[in-house]
Amino acid sequence: MFRNVAELLEITKEEKLSISEVMIRQEMEVHDKSREEIVDRMEKNLQVMEKAIEDGLKGVKSHSGLTGGDAVLLQKYMQENETLSGTLLLDAVSKAVATNEVNAAMGTICATPTAGSAGCVPGALFAVKERLNPTREQMIRFLFTSGAFGFVVANNAFISGAAGGCQAEVGSAAAMASAAVVEMAGGTPEQSAEAFAITLKNMLGLVCDPVAGLVEVPCVKRNAAGASNAIVSADMALAGIKSKIPCDEVIGAMYRIGRSMPTALRETAEGGLAATPTGQALARKIYGSQDEKE
Amino acid sequence: MKYKSVFDIIGPVMIGPSSSHTAGAARIGRAARTLFGRQPEWVEIYLYGSFAKTYRGHGTDVAIIGGILDYDTDDTRIQNSLITAKEKGIKVRFHEDEASTEHPNTARVKIGDKEGNMELVGISIGGGKVEITELNGFELHLSGNHPAILVMHNDRFGAIASITQILAKHEVNIGRMEVSRKDVGKEAIMIIEIDQNIDEHVEEELKRADHILQIAKIVE
Repeated sequence: MFRNVAELLEITKEEKLSISEVMIRQEMEVHDKSREEIVDRMEKNLQVMEKAIEDGLKGVKSHSGLTGGDAVLLQKYMQENETLSGTLLLDAVSKAVATNEVNAAMGTICATPTAGSAGCVPGALFAVKERLNPTREQMIRFLFTSGAFGFVVANNAFISGAAGGCQAEVGSAAAMASAAVVEMAGGTPEQSAEAFAITLKNMLGLVCDPVAGLVEVPCVKRNAAGASNAIVSADMALAGIKSKIPCDEVIGAMYRIGRSMPTALRETAEGGLAATPTGQALARKIYGSQDEKE
Repeated sequence: MKYKSVFDIIGPVMIGPSSSHTAGAARIGRAARTLFGRQPEWVEIYLYGSFAKTYRGHGTDVAIIGGILDYDTDDTRIQNSLITAKEKGIKVRFHEDEASTEHPNTARVKIGDKEGNMELVGISIGGGKVEITELNGFELHLSGNHPAILVMHNDRFGAIASITQILAKHEVNIGRMEVSRKDVGKEAIMIIEIDQNIDEHVEEELKRADHILQIAKIVE
């Protein structure tokens, strides 16, 4: 099994394979499964992502009322206006938001790598799909490439907000998406790693401070930032821009930053935005009304 | 390496909103149910760290109880699990514990009925992945990645051999094994991760082996 990005790149080079192919082969070997079984299982995950976006774009509302409906607003805005940031980028943002709005409403999603960060990978995938017209197989490969990088992060750092802050969740998710966008666009494995490093660097230090402890504010909009960051960094890598700090060292930095992050900023709803006057007032409103019902 | 599969990263398919607080919590509850082996009459759950602070917002309570009812992470019945448990006559109590634990997302589950009871500690390590770190006072490391047999036994010579001989006879391969005891000659536990699920008749044979108190299993 590859333990870090350097080893992953080494395998792609020696065996002349794409990152997605290395991930598929490792999964077959370690779990003694056929290619068909593994690809079919990923296809099912892809279908869940597709359905979540579809539901989110129709409009959903969470039980708390804090989130929902923003994906619809974005799609409407895109159809009726000349946007500033461009259709592809806003499409990614709206589909990331759609996924996380469905998640907040306790709908069915596929964690990538977590539920709170579930919007970045599908948001980027289903937006880039409109431009690159990939085959179904290429779309499934997108998920294996994302998974390969997420696998390294999970084993060398962390992917949960409670352990490492939002940088570990949305940061990792955005970087995973970025690396996969590069492969789908025809970039090299090295360029995927550069895109991953650039994206994660731009998410370092991000804290996990959910208002009322709900995966809603600011999580939904952080996925919007993650998806757009992923696509912009992928373009940078495809342009030939390199990260001065190598991929594995960026992951190491993310780990050390997470380790030194106070508990209040790691999914306890005690610091950051959760501790603002409005954040506190929202929490009181939500739990106050729930307690009355009980 | 804690994560061994790409589906730990791209997955699980689950009911929102949190992979560690909802899907992971459901898996801890389900591990308790599986190891207990039947529907309990009562459940007491102690939540620590981030679990204790945010469980209501994340639906950690409904998820753990969903797991106790044997629901998977993507089972929409999770949303109504507290009501379902009440209808089934299961007494449920939650405690928010201030004690600090090594992992921020830790839950202690006590589960039982007239016949017996069990206590386990589970941690939710991220992306829906969990580990069972304690069972009936024994420290252990159970990932739930593989089928496993848990054997409570008396600490006597030959107890381990009698179990492994039965497994060898039925051509069951052991992937990993861990043994632990409370004190010399007292209660002990064997955690045996195996490559395939065992049949009921093998389980019955294990139960009849010398010095064996109780057998529980995790199936894939």
